[in-house]
Amino acid sequence: MIQVNALTKYYGEKAAIDGVTFQVQKGEVLGLLGPNGAGKTTTMRILTCYMPPTSGDATIAGFNIWDEPMEIKRRLGYLPENPPLYTDLRVSEYLEFVAKIKEVPKDRIPSAISSAVEKAGLTDVVNKVIGHLSKGYKQRVGLAQALLNDPDVLILDEPTVGLDPRQIIEIRELIKALGGEHTVILSTHILPEVEMTCGRVVIINEGKVVAQDTPDGLTQRLKGTERIILEVKADGQQMEPIFSRFPQITRFQLEDSKNGVQKYVVETTEDIRNELAKAVVQNNIDLFELHSESLSLEEIFLHLTTKEEVA
Amino acid sequence: MRKTLAIFEKEMRHFFYSPIAYIVIALFAVITGVFFYLYLSSFVQAMIMDMIRSQQFRATPQKFNVNLQLIRPYFWNLALISLFVLPLVTMRLYSEEKKNGTVELLYTSPLTITNIVLGKFLAGLFFYIIMLIPTMLFMGLLFVYGNPEFLPVVSGYLGLILLGGAFIAGGLFISSLTENQIIAAIGGFGLALLLWVIGWAANFAGPGMASVLNYLSVINHFEDFAQGVIDTQHIAFYLLFMTLGVYLTMRSVESIKWRA
Repeated sequence: MIQVNALTKYYGEKAAIDGVTFQVQKGEVLGLLGPNGAGKTTTMRILTCYMPPTSGDATIAGFNIWDEPMEIKRRLGYLPENPPLYTDLRVSEYLEFVAKIKEVPKDRIPSAISSAVEKAGLTDVVNKVIGHLSKGYKQRVGLAQALLNDPDVLILDEPTVGLDPRQIIEIRELIKALGGEHTVILSTHILPEVEMTCGRVVIINEGKVVAQDTPDGLTQRLKGTERIILEVKADGQQMEPIFSRFPQITRFQLEDSKNGVQKYVVETTEDIRNELAKAVVQNNIDLFELHSESLSLEEIFLHLTTKEEVA
Repeated sequence: MRKTLAIFEKEMRHFFYSPIAYIVIALFAVITGVFFYLYLSSFVQAMIMDMIRSQQFRATPQKFNVNLQLIRPYFWNLALISLFVLPLVTMRLYSEEKKNGTVELLYTSPLTITNIVLGKFLAGLFFYIIMLIPTMLFMGLLFVYGNPEFLPVVSGYLGLILLGGAFIAGGLFISSLTENQIIAAIGGFGLALLLWVIGWAANFAGPGMASVLNYLSVINHFEDFAQGVIDTQHIAFYLLFMTLGVYLTMRSVESIKWRA
């Protein structure tokens, strides 16, 4: 559905994105993940034909961004970072305007508006002036706007910003439900959001794609760094010589120490739980607990986007 | 066409949902009203003075012509007040969209730049016509209490609308260059004033240059309309001017997209 090919965009001397390449299948929900300033918004602006890239190209729903931007725009719903609202209009007037410029057929405008209003949960505020709405409602109006023309492709730039926790859950459910029928790209820096809503993740850092996989796949891939939680009854520096015997251990840290029970977090390159247990017992140290813990997406994200630790 | 109309309609809503429209219309009505009163009073006074004089000296009274001595200078006056007020109409036409980020909606919808710019230009022009309605009522009073010629009034309004259209096209262009409404207003006013006084500079230029400057001066082309003469040459000038303004706006919008 969406093919992005070596997109590069320079702002003056500085490259905002550099050779971004990824694909999105029809009906998929793709999460674009990255720290602020990574190039998420730039990528989205290029895909929505808001601005052209410096080089590279992209195909959306079979249309090239250079050759047929109009055809792409017809099949697109876009929620920018700041919802593009006319604060002096009423919600209904605003949606009617958007429906008109998005070429919704005249006789289908009322039904398109009511369905978008319902999906975005705006029924109570349809006749209110947009400027008087709270941030959360404004965000929903922006979302309703993006859904109006029943687009093939939905591009949402940080869709849950400014919403309260209950609304966030609702919007995430909505996005999840939209996948399948629509192809969705959403950007965020909230990791649980990606884990909950997206089928696949593309992580962007400093304008480059650093990883792309399913949320589970990413976790799997970084299984290279195993983390072992170890609780032992030991005192002082007793454990350190044991750890230093294993070349696989990259890092260990004393997390907690209560009633003589020390809790260590040990990062290793492979699973050495059995050998570690053996070593502890052989040194006559009481072993309370030993288990491996998979890294959360949050930590993978940090691993990938923090320079020193990029694998 | 439907999409241009949608932009037009939205712009009209913006005008009338914000206080600016009412302030501008009221301001224009009051200023033009005061001037109408002053022009009319001095016209009537001159007439009465002449009547007294003619009775004193047993001379035949002068011929007074409402079209020539009242309506014509009043049209010039309306043109001048338009110059001051129209930048307030055009200042927010484009800059507000840029400031609020709503350009992102417009540029990612299946709209052409022509749809957007033309819709906005027509909305500005239509608003100006609404602004002129009170002055038509003043003119109407002349027809109730006197019998001026009708067609020169029509040509005067045609000239005003064409002149206003030129100011609006220029103001829209300035508005598309900035996201600051105040800069857009000052720039639009400066541009209009410059094009107004450029004809004056013709007095001091060489013969070749003088005719160029005279042609460029937006107000020189208004003269005939105020007198009741409709000349296609002047209509062509204003239409060309508006086309140029709209065209430049479209190019500026496009270039910003590429620069972004």
